[in-house]
Amino acid sequence: MSDPIWIIGSNMTKFGKHPDLDVLDLASSASLAALEDCSMTMANVDVLAVGNLMNAAGSVGQQLQKQIGQTGIPVFNVANACATGATALRVAIMAIQAGQAEVGMAVGVEKLSGMGLLSGPPEAPRGDTWEPRGRLGALGPTEGHVGTDIMPGVFAQIGMEYGHKYGEVSFDLFARISEKNHAHSTLNPLAAYQKQFTLDEIKNDVMIAYPNTRPMCSGNVDGAAAMIVVSNERKQKLPADVQRRAVKIAASVLTSDPYEPGCQVLPDINTLTRNAAKQAYEAAGIGPEDLDLVELHDCFATAELVHYDNLMLCEPGEAVSFFESGAPWRDGALPVNVSGGLQSKGHPIAATGIANIHEIVTHLRDEAGDRQIEGARVGLAHVIGLGSACGVHILERAS
Amino acid sequence: MTHTDPIAYVDYLDLSGDPQLISQACTQCDAQFFDRRNACASCSATSFVDKPVDRTGRISSFTIVSGPQPYVSAIVDCAGVYVPATIINIAPDAEHVRLAMTVKLTTYSAGRDANGREAIGYAFEPMPEQ
Repeated sequence: MSDPIWIIGSNMTKFGKHPDLDVLDLASSASLAALEDCSMTMANVDVLAVGNLMNAAGSVGQQLQKQIGQTGIPVFNVANACATGATALRVAIMAIQAGQAEVGMAVGVEKLSGMGLLSGPPEAPRGDTWEPRGRLGALGPTEGHVGTDIMPGVFAQIGMEYGHKYGEVSFDLFARISEKNHAHSTLNPLAAYQKQFTLDEIKNDVMIAYPNTRPMCSGNVDGAAAMIVVSNERKQKLPADVQRRAVKIAASVLTSDPYEPGCQVLPDINTLTRNAAKQAYEAAGIGPEDLDLVELHDCFATAELVHYDNLMLCEPGEAVSFFESGAPWRDGALPVNVSGGLQSKGHPIAATGIANIHEIVTHLRDEAGDRQIEGARVGLAHVIGLGSACGVHILERAS
Repeated sequence: MTHTDPIAYVDYLDLSGDPQLISQACTQCDAQFFDRRNACASCSATSFVDKPVDRTGRISSFTIVSGPQPYVSAIVDCAGVYVPATIINIAPDAEHVRLAMTVKLTTYSAGRDANGREAIGYAFEPMPEQ
């Protein structure tokens, strides 16, 4: 087995509305703080991977360098939907694994406040006579004609599909998943929304796409997260206080979706997540029973349920019982989304995949304050982007 | 066909006879697709044949998208072929739309263009006996 790679510096900005900060302000803030976290500077960094989905063609990595340090190192600008941040980290890790770098920095940043419902790119204007267009030869928008492409609707269908397969899902169940994450968020000062909701408040809020009401959807917010990773060899040369807070990357996996019938009609977010989880458990040499906490991609309440199953936190088909047992609450057997999840933290797309990992790092360092999961030694962070891409990272505390 | 004939809202809706959906079926592995293909996503073969899709199916998943005119979006399992669709002729609420309910293909007018040519879209609706 190859030498482990370590996270030595980690930071995320508060997620939320930052009207006075642009993408570079946010990215710089998280990057400089992550460097300071491990007593490094840009001069120490060998490779930089930066994700920013909304400006994917804008070379945000180089723009960031122009603010915080143009050292001439290779920059990889990555875009992988909601898995963009995890992909940036994966790139930095692969560069180290390949022996091309000793110190890597991964950054995810997004300005998303006020974006409204996300779906595909807008259509170009059409003429006044019918003209088939695109791969479906459609005469107009497919939304509302051929089902839905809006994210709350797509993920609603994904949750309902689980119900069709295994039974037992309900509006009430999904609302209670959201109730849990909003309750957790009250302890996380970095979350965009720290409001506790009663079950009735969640169920009676604005319905977006049944069964997802507004609090059951992740908010479009601004934010950035950054992480410094090093080779095992480099870690051993670092000051004792940096080594003491280092967190081991026991597994780093990125998958895409293999073909399954229907996967091009409704995204199959299950198979690639299960594949990533399997590979990660195998690489880490641990199983789901060894986890002390999980941050999973609850872009909608309906998504959280299916990932209990996909990440093998329960037996196949048992996600509802897993939730009903109280396990994923912060005082339960396997706390899930003690950060408040994306439903409370918000979901600045490219930052999310690194922020999920940052939450695990914070607990493994015993630095999570009021929301600390006592004695946490092993955690898993999961993210998925439609298209699809899935990142799973398993982290272990140093000692 | 003259321009006064109706036109299908999507390529895979066949209006030449009793309306039906036509998939592109891979000649090697029978994976079925609705979009214009370059090759098969399952086995990478490059030849396809048109294959009619069953006109009835079961709702394997749905959502109800809110708005001034809420609509039901569903995935309909037509004998193993998954079809994205809206469900019409049903009240758009969770009391009426149910998982596993049987539905059948139907069509609706999607409007007329400047030449007066009508576009016909497809949807599914509950079976009459339900």
